[in-house]
Amino acid sequence: MSTTVEMVRRPSSGAEQAPPSGALGRLRWAVVDGWVMTGRNMRHVIRSPEEIVLYFSLPIMFVLVFGYVFGSGMAVPGDGSYREFLLPGVFVMTMLYGLGATASQIAVDTGRGVVDRFRSLPMARSALLTGRAGADLLRALLELTVLVVCGLLVGWRWRNGVGDALAAVGLILLLRLAFTWLGILLGLLVPNPDTVSVIVFPFAFPLTALSNVFVAPELLPDWLGAIAAWNPLSATVAAARELFGNPGTGGESWAAQHALLLAVGWPVLLIAVLAPLAVRRYQRLSR
Amino acid sequence: MTDETSAVVARGLRKTYGRTTALDGFDLTVPRGTVCGLLGPNGAGKTTALRVLTTLLRFDAGHARVAGHDVTRRPERVRAAIGLTGQYAAVDETLSGRQNLVLFGRLRHLPARMVRQRSDELLDQFGLTDVAGRSAATYSGGMRRRLDLAASLITTPEVLFLDEPTTGLDPRSRNGLWDAIRTLVTGGTTVLLTTQYLEEADQLADRISVVDAGRVVAEGTPAELKTRFGADRIELVVRHAGQLPAAAGLVERVTGGQVHVDRETRRLSAPVADRITALADLLRALQDASIAVEDVVLRRPTLDEAFLNITGHGASERTEVAA
Repeated sequence: MSTTVEMVRRPSSGAEQAPPSGALGRLRWAVVDGWVMTGRNMRHVIRSPEEIVLYFSLPIMFVLVFGYVFGSGMAVPGDGSYREFLLPGVFVMTMLYGLGATASQIAVDTGRGVVDRFRSLPMARSALLTGRAGADLLRALLELTVLVVCGLLVGWRWRNGVGDALAAVGLILLLRLAFTWLGILLGLLVPNPDTVSVIVFPFAFPLTALSNVFVAPELLPDWLGAIAAWNPLSATVAAARELFGNPGTGGESWAAQHALLLAVGWPVLLIAVLAPLAVRRYQRLSR
Repeated sequence: MTDETSAVVARGLRKTYGRTTALDGFDLTVPRGTVCGLLGPNGAGKTTALRVLTTLLRFDAGHARVAGHDVTRRPERVRAAIGLTGQYAAVDETLSGRQNLVLFGRLRHLPARMVRQRSDELLDQFGLTDVAGRSAATYSGGMRRRLDLAASLITTPEVLFLDEPTTGLDPRSRNGLWDAIRTLVTGGTTVLLTTQYLEEADQLADRISVVDAGRVVAEGTPAELKTRFGADRIELVVRHAGQLPAAAGLVERVTGGQVHVDRETRRLSAPVADRITALADLLRALQDASIAVEDVVLRRPTLDEAFLNITGHGASERTEVAA
């Protein structure tokens, strides 16, 4: 190790900008630092290619298994192809399963010494969480791209124009953002990365089963159908089907008829509740 | 040195976790440009004190200023002025060494060009250029510590906190890290380091604060602590075992202290207050009594002895209570 430290060109602590005092300056730092942390988390994805393969294999498997294996025995209300009915559901389901990765990454980050370094830097403290949310949204966008290509290959189409299709993608990402905050909260509550990725599954699976992802709610017994119709997953799936122009839309229930409203309302409500809880939990690291 | 011009000032810090009291009236003053060593057994409260001073941990009572900023009221100002290198290397294991430095530089809001240039300089200084592109998870313990220290030096911190910086390092890496720290201090940085190693404190620190049960129980330069809390000892080896009892009687009369006798090696030792007078008196008394000696030594106290006398136990004998 070289022991001669150059003093001359070394930036002193004055070289960095002073911490902002106004609300606007703080917000700007929060955005800039959140973006830097997003980049850091995306570098993690790039540095572990085996994980990328895993991320993409799961949704592709969903399309193939449900589209071809189970799909042959499934009915769609009205007339339509089951695979066209299914694809928006798989898009949304993939978003839900992403929360396991979110939770375990947050658990890894806060469980190691590196969180002390972040918290001792003059950066926005929110950036560790918002950077996670940002990176997971970017990853979700990648996953959706892969799924859309997959869908096109098995005969799924969007039929109402690009504008509506993009709106549907927007709604799906909005739900992913809500699940991201759920994942962040879980990762902070259960700081063991192995445990947290396991506990997500028994929670996520019934949520998917009791929704309109695989079966239209009106084909279920009344009480199950009501649960399925009001499921936040169902709202986004129904809205996406409507915007993509895929079969299986409509239905008698109020929830089914106001799918677009619910597809915005549910995620916004979830974020409004979960994000402050996660932030509060994160601040408890100082205790 | 007044409180305003000191790099670190802590007054009456208290911190409890449930029933455990980690800090119990912790007071500390570190003048600018000096190295202060916090020395104490595991669970004494050293790490808690460091976490409070680096804004990582809230405390229950007292107040603290670092680099002139109040830790509670202006934590972001404190963070801008400090560097922290923790007990467990706080780097992003997945990222490469260079990516780590660039990340931490950008989070300090330095211009991108300066961050890149500074990262390259630091990689070079700490001998990490060859492994700069490799993920930090593949680094050896010494390399990781060096990267960790480099990450604290992207801007020159006013106050650098080092939490057991060399725990678990081999002697060569340890010496290298010590050199780097000394060089920093010549540049005007104030260093507050915790350590369990008395030698480390002796080597690096201008002043040592001995921490026990959540408070500073003794403070001074290493030499002062040794003189104040350790005693000089006189040791002599008698030629004939038969003269041991007579010699022991003489030593006791001259030094007034308790004499330790080792029959096997015919060695006597006792603490002395005034070393030179005691030595002269003892030699004269021995000659008068015709007791032949093979060796006489005056031994300076070690920091170990001082530490033992201050805390009543050795540096690493206590079991861990709280981090």
